[in-house]
Amino acid sequence: MKFSEYLKYLLIGTGFGFVLVKSEVVSWFRIQEMFRFDSIHMYGIIGLAVIVGIISVQIIKRKNMKDAEGNPISIPPKDASQVTRYIVGGSIFGLGWALLGACPGPMFALLGSGLTIMVIPILAALAGTYTYGLLRDKIPH
Amino acid sequence: MLDFLYQPWPWYVAGPIIGLTVPILLLLGGKMFGVSANLRHACAACNFGNIEFFNYDWKSAGRWNITFLVGTVLGGFLGGYVFANPEPIQLAASTITDLQALGIQDFNGLVPNDLFAWDMLGTGVGLTVLVLGGFLVGFGARYAGGCTSGHAISGLSDLQLASLIAVIGFFIGGLIMTFFIYPIILG
Repeated sequence: MKFSEYLKYLLIGTGFGFVLVKSEVVSWFRIQEMFRFDSIHMYGIIGLAVIVGIISVQIIKRKNMKDAEGNPISIPPKDASQVTRYIVGGSIFGLGWALLGACPGPMFALLGSGLTIMVIPILAALAGTYTYGLLRDKIPH
Repeated sequence: MLDFLYQPWPWYVAGPIIGLTVPILLLLGGKMFGVSANLRHACAACNFGNIEFFNYDWKSAGRWNITFLVGTVLGGFLGGYVFANPEPIQLAASTITDLQALGIQDFNGLVPNDLFAWDMLGTGVGLTVLVLGGFLVGFGARYAGGCTSGHAISGLSDLQLASLIAVIGFFIGGLIMTFFIYPIILG
């Protein structure tokens, strides 16, 4: 990767982390509020993000747009027949999301905000990812 | 203008900006957005025990994403430290009442200082929230093939049925934790 490539992804990531904090998506309180259906806040954010995403992905696909390097943009389809994987794996993720009040992006944005204790959930998430790799052949998908 | 950087952003401003991450990454790099893949790349970089799932060229697959993640930390520093909102979050009153009943006292900042503190690591509650919570997020994200960004934002943006099923799973687990398990943990 060229230096300009690193800079590009660094800047997009910085914008992402900044908006995650400014929108309070990183807040444990907001996640508790979301799962209690007490506010439109998180639903509005996810809903509008998805609407903007759907519209832009549809435009990109229909116009067969190319990326900055001139390569055709292709989005690999996910295998929807692995229902167990998405329901069981998704539910396990959901248990952790509500418990910790943060998903992977916010864990890192919170660390950046000066909350050094987030090192612990990040290390635990790495251990979880590693454990999945270890058990992958033994659990249903 | 500077006020806008310090203030919290309303959902109708933040939502569309987060959604734009998907086309920006596709158009500028042909990349599909997802944060939890970085956890896999980090495991692949170490790969103790030579596990097959982590046997791939993580450098060519993950360099862009790891760089993006470094940016996320930097963005968190700017948004949560340099331009931190000094006011408490404007939470729904019913959520505050619920959480107070569970013993949460401090509503300043982004997370409750009652839970997110180094000295909480010595307690059962602290270990459960910080260690078990993180573990379930890491394990579940890989099992489900993605996290909130990969499924709820990227996957749904591409109208992938798999991602819709995964997001339903996220909420099944999240609701069980919120209404049945968390009251026991904090009880």
